[in-house]
Amino acid sequence: MTTANAGRVELDYAGSERLTMNMGPQHPSAHGVFRAILTLEGETVVGIDAVIGYLHRCHEKLAETLTYAQYPSIASKTDYVAAMTSEFAYVRAAETIGTIEVPKRAEYLRVIAAELQRVASHLLWLGTWCLDMGGALGGGATIFLYCIRERELILDLFESLVGARLLYGFYQVGGVRYDLPAGWADQCRTTVDLIEQRIGEYERMLEDNPFFMVRTQGVGVISRELAQELGIGGPLLRGSGVHHDLRRADGYSSYRDFEFAVPVETSGDCFARYRVRMVEFRQALRIVRQALDRLPDGPISSRPGLKSVAQVRIPKGEAYARIEGARGEVGCYLISDGSAKPYRMKWRGASFSNLAVLPHIIPGHKVADVVAIMGSVDPVFGEVDR
Amino acid sequence: MAIKGPVPQIPVPVWRNFKDLQEWETLHQTRPEGDKHSALFERVTEGIHGFPGGFLLTTAADAFFNWARKSSVWPVTFGLACCAIEMMATFASRFDVERLGMVPWASPRHSDLMIVSGTVTIKMAPMLTRIYDQMPDPKWAVSMGSCANSGGPFRHGYHVVKGVDRVIPVDVYVPGCPPPPESLLNGLLLLQDQISHFRRTGRRATPNPKVD
Amino acid sequence: MTGEQARAAIAERYPAATVDASALERRSLGEGGPVTVTVPVDSWVEFAHFAKTTLGCRFFSFLSAVDWKDEGLEVVVKVDNVDTGLSLLMKTRLGPGVSACPSLTMLYRGADWMERECYDMFGIRFDGHPDLRRILLGDDWVGHPLLKSYAVDTPHPPYR
Repeated sequence: MTTANAGRVELDYAGSERLTMNMGPQHPSAHGVFRAILTLEGETVVGIDAVIGYLHRCHEKLAETLTYAQYPSIASKTDYVAAMTSEFAYVRAAETIGTIEVPKRAEYLRVIAAELQRVASHLLWLGTWCLDMGGALGGGATIFLYCIRERELILDLFESLVGARLLYGFYQVGGVRYDLPAGWADQCRTTVDLIEQRIGEYERMLEDNPFFMVRTQGVGVISRELAQELGIGGPLLRGSGVHHDLRRADGYSSYRDFEFAVPVETSGDCFARYRVRMVEFRQALRIVRQALDRLPDGPISSRPGLKSVAQVRIPKGEAYARIEGARGEVGCYLISDGSAKPYRMKWRGASFSNLAVLPHIIPGHKVADVVAIMGSVDPVFGEVDR
Repeated sequence: MAIKGPVPQIPVPVWRNFKDLQEWETLHQTRPEGDKHSALFERVTEGIHGFPGGFLLTTAADAFFNWARKSSVWPVTFGLACCAIEMMATFASRFDVERLGMVPWASPRHSDLMIVSGTVTIKMAPMLTRIYDQMPDPKWAVSMGSCANSGGPFRHGYHVVKGVDRVIPVDVYVPGCPPPPESLLNGLLLLQDQISHFRRTGRRATPNPKVD
Repeated sequence: MTGEQARAAIAERYPAATVDASALERRSLGEGGPVTVTVPVDSWVEFAHFAKTTLGCRFFSFLSAVDWKDEGLEVVVKVDNVDTGLSLLMKTRLGPGVSACPSLTMLYRGADWMERECYDMFGIRFDGHPDLRRILLGDDWVGHPLLKSYAVDTPHPPYR
């Protein structure tokens, strides 16, 4: 567990026996299809070659063939664990070019959906991460089963709102597609209270566990400078001591109306990232409560309901819209040539930049730490490979 | 001294040339040349079956084996894309497939079932074939979601295999994008039914069994 | 440093650079949007160094390219100053038929994977990149998919 000179290992003997070990693409703790070719000196990793692209689904090329009305539901398949935020980025880019106004109620509904999605995504992260670190956490799958239980409650909310459980198509250019069904707000409040209570339980359960602390504290330290140069975002960036949250910095949508804190930890290790996410849970729930309290009346979209796929046309221009997703800055760089389809779309996936940190921090760690570090980075490979 | 790990040469994937799915099925069902034990076993089975009243023994054995197979189908934890999240939800608290005797298992060497959950890309297809080949017979495959069935919304992409049935033989297709856990459970129950309709010991099921 | 100060600093130091080329860019990227600078490819690395040190844009957001058909390729880089909220969108035109560009990996370590992806998708050779290989597609892939001359449903032989 080196901290000072991670990425660089001094060898003081010759004739080393190096072992090349393949990890993935089918690996239960790789969080998807990721292949790491590790070079080992005994139990210590000295080199890692990350092979990605096993889920390259041609998003950027397909976006050039799909209209502004069609693509948002495909955009949700980039970051499929936090699908709402992916749609949000694309829709905002199109709205910036077209200078399309969004009604206040739609902005609030967008925020509610995005924050609930953040909670669901972090729950899945906590579950799978603890599952990866396995038996040391007392029973392996315990936290995983608990977290999925809470995640199902949020997915129930989404199912009654949109009709789908995982990939939604809730956002559309000019607003959102569905209004809240009757009784949804009360159900949401109950769920939010329940989840907040349960998160406290998990926190106590994990932080009372010495194995958890040993496996996370001081492991996988990302320096502040490295974090900025790589452009990693979200909990990783804030865990490394950079106070940067797009919800605060840009104040996009209606985030300026709500009070929330931006958690920052300075140690930059796995435990710091865990702490940041645990605080983010509560802040997201806090935003949801405020948005439900102040939800204004009015239309949910400034555009008429969709009748044809080529209905949305935006003028020539370009825009870069960015969203604070569950894993960091989700950006969409969109160039329009005035037709119904974009000329070029660049998807800036948060996980792609986050995953690029692995070759810099993993060398010097033990093999067992690789899993803990990868879990704390929380990559989603739909977004890495796009 | 900065150490950069050696970059191993990735071997060129061994692709089996085949014309269509039927050819692949035939390839899969024929026994290799030197497999004397299976041939002997088959001849003994044929002998017992041909004996007057011997079918009672063979059908009873078949029923027993099929019951055992269908009651402990272990899927390999092989998540590809979005559908993998729903697959995890199916394995977890609320939907809990362990009550059907399915234990998600991390090693393909001990598994009977591969749930292809998500888009198969051209880079992934050789790996998928390799993992499928590592699984011991008898083995089954469930294609989960539109992407695995036909390419789905990404069908026109340059890097997407248009359906996993172009790579491995599939027993049950589950539609949806992504299919909710209820759909997947239905598919798994269909698969169990299909397994219980095995016609002869050690053979694969017919692709489309009749479900009552 | 605000956007206006950055614009003034760039205009003073790099008169050749075009800041916010068109009214269209200023409108569509928005008031709080990034400052858009188009620099010649000769001063690409130099300008990036200026952006990193003088403007303090140390956060590397993304690197990509756009294929403008007959007018050639354009490399787009976005860097941020997270302390002051300044965003800088740097562009350079490579010219028709040119597919070589200086690499930024010496300045930004995050440019490593992004430039590999850009090479993979557009075939742009980044001079000075330590390890320029394909990253998303397989090593045996033919062609660069995001070029406009590449059809979206180009078949790949064994898989159809």
